[in-house]
Amino acid sequence: MDCVEQTDTEAKAPSVVDRYYTRWYRADMKGKPCEDHCVLQHSNRICVVTLADTHPILQNGRTIKSINYQISNGCSRLNNKVSGKSKRGGQFLTDFAPLCRITCTDETEYTIYSCIRGRLLEVNENILETPSLLLEKPSTEGYIAVILPKFEESKSITENLLSREEFESVVSKRTVAQSQPS
Amino acid sequence: MNHLCVRILQSGVMLPLKEKDKPIVQKLLSAGCCARCVLRFCCVSVQAAYRQPQQDTLKELQDFISSAENSKSPDSAGAESTDRNNKSHDAAVSEPPEDPPSKRAKLELSATGAPSEEDAAAVVKQKDEESCVCVVCLGVLQELCGPTQAVKIAEAVKAEKYEFDTLVLSVSLPAQLCVREHSCWLHVKKELREKSVALDKDDVIQVKEAFKWIMQGLVARALGGVAVVTRSLFEVGVEFTHPETDADCHFLATTCPDCFKPTKNKQSVFTRMAVVKALEKISDAKFLKHYPCPPAQPSSSCMPRDIQCLHGSVFVAGRYNKFCRSLPQTPWVIDGERRMESSVEELIAAPLLSSFRANSFNFSSSGREDVDVRTLGNGRPFAMELLNPHRSRLSKVEMKQLQETINKSSDKIRVRDLQIVTRDAMSRMKEGEEEKTKSYTALIWTQKPIQRDDITFIDDIKDLTLDQKTPLRVLHRRALAVRQRVIHSMNTRFLDSHHFYLGLKTQAGTYIKEFVHGDFGRTVPNLCKLLKTDTDILELDVESVDVDWPPSIPE
Ligand SMILES: [Zn+2]
Repeated sequence: MDCVEQTDTEAKAPSVVDRYYTRWYRADMKGKPCEDHCVLQHSNRICVVTLADTHPILQNGRTIKSINYQISNGCSRLNNKVSGKSKRGGQFLTDFAPLCRITCTDETEYTIYSCIRGRLLEVNENILETPSLLLEKPSTEGYIAVILPKFEESKSITENLLSREEFESVVSKRTVAQSQPS
Repeated sequence: MNHLCVRILQSGVMLPLKEKDKPIVQKLLSAGCCARCVLRFCCVSVQAAYRQPQQDTLKELQDFISSAENSKSPDSAGAESTDRNNKSHDAAVSEPPEDPPSKRAKLELSATGAPSEEDAAAVVKQKDEESCVCVVCLGVLQELCGPTQAVKIAEAVKAEKYEFDTLVLSVSLPAQLCVREHSCWLHVKKELREKSVALDKDDVIQVKEAFKWIMQGLVARALGGVAVVTRSLFEVGVEFTHPETDADCHFLATTCPDCFKPTKNKQSVFTRMAVVKALEKISDAKFLKHYPCPPAQPSSSCMPRDIQCLHGSVFVAGRYNKFCRSLPQTPWVIDGERRMESSVEELIAAPLLSSFRANSFNFSSSGREDVDVRTLGNGRPFAMELLNPHRSRLSKVEMKQLQETINKSSDKIRVRDLQIVTRDAMSRMKEGEEEKTKSYTALIWTQKPIQRDDITFIDDIKDLTLDQKTPLRVLHRRALAVRQRVIHSMNTRFLDSHHFYLGLKTQAGTYIKEFVHGDFGRTVPNLCKLLKTDTDILELDVESVDVDWPPSIPE
């Protein structure tokens, strides 16, 4: 056999997200401190929008009171339906299209945004029933939405986002700034 | 009054022309039709009549009509061509004695009316220009069909070194031939209807048909006695074009614009189909307003294009194993760039293409595995359509050798049960796909440490129904849906505190990787839920694809 592969059973396997997705970030969404979003882009161009670990919702032991995909009187992301291979009928989103509003038990409210242009394929209805998923597994089962960018834009949509390294450097500067008296 | 006037030809063929054909023959010859086209419009379906040299047929036809002309104005005809008159008399003598030509001619003339002086003059003119290109077939039934052309076709076929027993001849003619045919039909419609009211345009023998009657036997002989038949996998295509008269069709685009919608893959909107459709719609009056009747005289014959040979596909089926975790089933291209250097289909196809000397292939299989998945056991059924094979029959022994060649060519794959199948049998592979079961072995990683006993409960789970949303990894090319799939049974083999082997027997179409890692909670239940810890899949093997096609071949 000319392609024998070694599986190091001792090493921790990279997660599914690590293996198949590239992480992109938008820090301080709309100028609001620390409201960081994460976009996981699959090699097939599909994007999953999640909260970044640094998002205020995930800090200070907050708990979630409600998640609302009804973003205006006329528009609910829950009504989104796509059909066929070409995903006809999905709502088209721009960078700052709101996806949902999350209210915590301490009455803080946060709006989660699309971050990228594309067609909305699905929102995560599981977090409506089990909001704790969002806190426990923000980057997998607690995802917010799945978006399909246009084929021709699949490269350019992430140009305005931060890479993982860039985001980590933003976060580390933030920590330094916080620890220094102003 | 249908007096039979049987012409006895040199080759012994009888032209079944009746008195009522006479005005038709006369009109068509005057219009510049070739002898064979005249036969077509007289609805002569005796194939041998077309096969005799066209010059002989022309002479026969001229004699046929002049026998009547003579009786009307012997002086003028005799003055023009004494030679032909003599011949005509010879022929007349051989006719049945109970129906003397002079008497018959008189009766005919009184019934159909005498040909005008003008027509007679035109016939004479035609006689002087026997080499003229026919106004209807544009030479296709003249110089473009005969022994010389048959030899050319045979040479072209031989050069491609096909293996075949029979062949079918196909003819492609310029679309304007239909326009000219229609014009000619209108020209003699009245006379044809007088011959028989039931006669319609469909009764006229088609150019294509006459061409084949003449050429099939000649081509067969030139190829050393293969059968030229009406149905065969091996098709030899003869195509003619005639740029000079391409504009003939153009007026139809203004009279029947809806027949000529531009399509992407056609060079011209004036396809034969579209022209035929437009001619069915157009009224006679409108046609005659836009197009000469009879058609105008062309200055050149059609141009024969290169002979196109095409052999019907051969289908080969078998089962394959894939032993490599870095080999895609089909070429893997992302952004126009090749990702892996080979693929299962290419490894199988290369020896098949060279053995069958085929131009290209289409690969299909009962499902597919990911690039990093092995397929073990009896393998996965596949079928390969080989397009335009120059060789189409291999014996069982030769197929066995071919299988060996494939297996020796790479150790990444292995093929068994390689055999030639029919196109119909191929569909059986796809039919059973959804109902069949598949067996897998997966190497599982668990986040929390496990002990032997922690996983044994999995062995007792039977017929577990999953709700699988279309996995994110294929969602870009498949519709979004929730599909129910059943895992019939599972078994576990403990390896260490973070690893075990999971065997699964599932309904086809179950996504195993997603069952293991949960796909963002989009497959439920999943192994993470069952084991209450994050789990991931490190390796996956397909152990069996339970489709009983193609039949197994004993080693
Ligand atoms: Zn002709």
